[in-house]
Amino acid sequence: MKLIYYPGCTLKNHARNFDVSTVSSMAKLDVEVEELDRWNCCGTVHALGATNVMNRIAPVTNLVRVKQQQANEVMTTCAMCYNTLKRANIDVQKRAAALETINKFMYLDEVDYQGDVAVHHLLEYLRDRIGFDKLSARVKKPLKGLRVACYYGCLLVRPKEVAFDDVENPTVMEDLVTALGGTPVPFAQKTECCGAYHAVDNAEIVADRTNKIMSGATEQQADVAMVSCPLCAFNLDFKQPDARRLNPELQPMPVLYFTQLMALAFGCGEDDLRFDLHHIDPKPALAGRGLI
Amino acid sequence: MSITTARISSAQLKSAFVAKVQKNSDQKLLACYQCGKCSAGCPMAAHMDILPNQIIRLAQLGMHERLLASNAIWTCVSCMTCNTRCPKNVHIAEVIESLRDIAMRNGRRHEHLTIGDVPAETRAELPPIAMISAMRKLTS
Repeated sequence: MKLIYYPGCTLKNHARNFDVSTVSSMAKLDVEVEELDRWNCCGTVHALGATNVMNRIAPVTNLVRVKQQQANEVMTTCAMCYNTLKRANIDVQKRAAALETINKFMYLDEVDYQGDVAVHHLLEYLRDRIGFDKLSARVKKPLKGLRVACYYGCLLVRPKEVAFDDVENPTVMEDLVTALGGTPVPFAQKTECCGAYHAVDNAEIVADRTNKIMSGATEQQADVAMVSCPLCAFNLDFKQPDARRLNPELQPMPVLYFTQLMALAFGCGEDDLRFDLHHIDPKPALAGRGLI
Repeated sequence: MSITTARISSAQLKSAFVAKVQKNSDQKLLACYQCGKCSAGCPMAAHMDILPNQIIRLAQLGMHERLLASNAIWTCVSCMTCNTRCPKNVHIAEVIESLRDIAMRNGRRHEHLTIGDVPAETRAELPPIAMISAMRKLTS
């Protein structure tokens, strides 16, 4: 069975490590992923206006493309894409008039959207459809001794309507790490915002947030932080030097996508991991635990 | 300590501004009873000139000039922590987004962010989702 996969823009440039590790680790789980044909921008953020229609068009267009591929579900790994696609879907399911307007606007597409595509995040798919027991059986190189701080950020767990785990204390990432043979550490900051797009206009905010979050991971003696959002990864990894200017005691800690740790445990090679795309090189931390 | 007198009239409470915020955000501002839980958990509160619960209070009172001049409405990144914790189910992030919208589209366009002002080296290193989300939130 093929699973339709929506990568999103950032997985095709800055976060290619997220893309290749997703595709290769899914192959190890015998799931054939097929990239969505003619996908476009998800919208990145959900516009919160109660009467908004315009900003729903981009995400809904992607859901129409899923229908055009004779599928009724789509999987994505980027937390921003997941959140935007899922919320737009829920919104048009509730607002028939908005959906009718969007369908009229998209009159060149023969498929009318009826709110009938299911949007899944890969973590949810791994837990509910594959199962961590089966996943665990595929592990070739257990992440033995690796202490992982699982960072969810905002978009996997908020708002409540899109959360596929507990809003305040999600555990799906920790359960994945355990299934891969690693050690998840308690992490108080796991759902605290990284500063998001303030990377563009307010570097001080991102430095402050990154310092607080990565200091929390350091207190728990984590070797690495694990994420599901390329913007979180950018702020926590590439902006760590700014955080270190605020707090010179902050030690460098690599930030990896959950799919990279999965691919590593499944025995995938360097081409599927792309550690060259990180700011803080994950290799010393992984080598320290005998994993590479 | 200076004493500030705030005059509240029913005209303010029923102003077009209050009606617009409530309509655009689909929220009932008077549901808020000022418990402060939103501000206590806000990861951006340290960087705000007025706190989320104060934003709701000022909105209830129709004090649009104070609200639209604040930096707090631009500091909020819609992380939704306040929304999920509010005991009265007030969607504070939606209220703040409606204030940003009013500030940017008040008769004519007032952009909060001009991408051309972002240093070239910053633009070059940023992932697309950072640029697009910033423009969606901070420009009209």
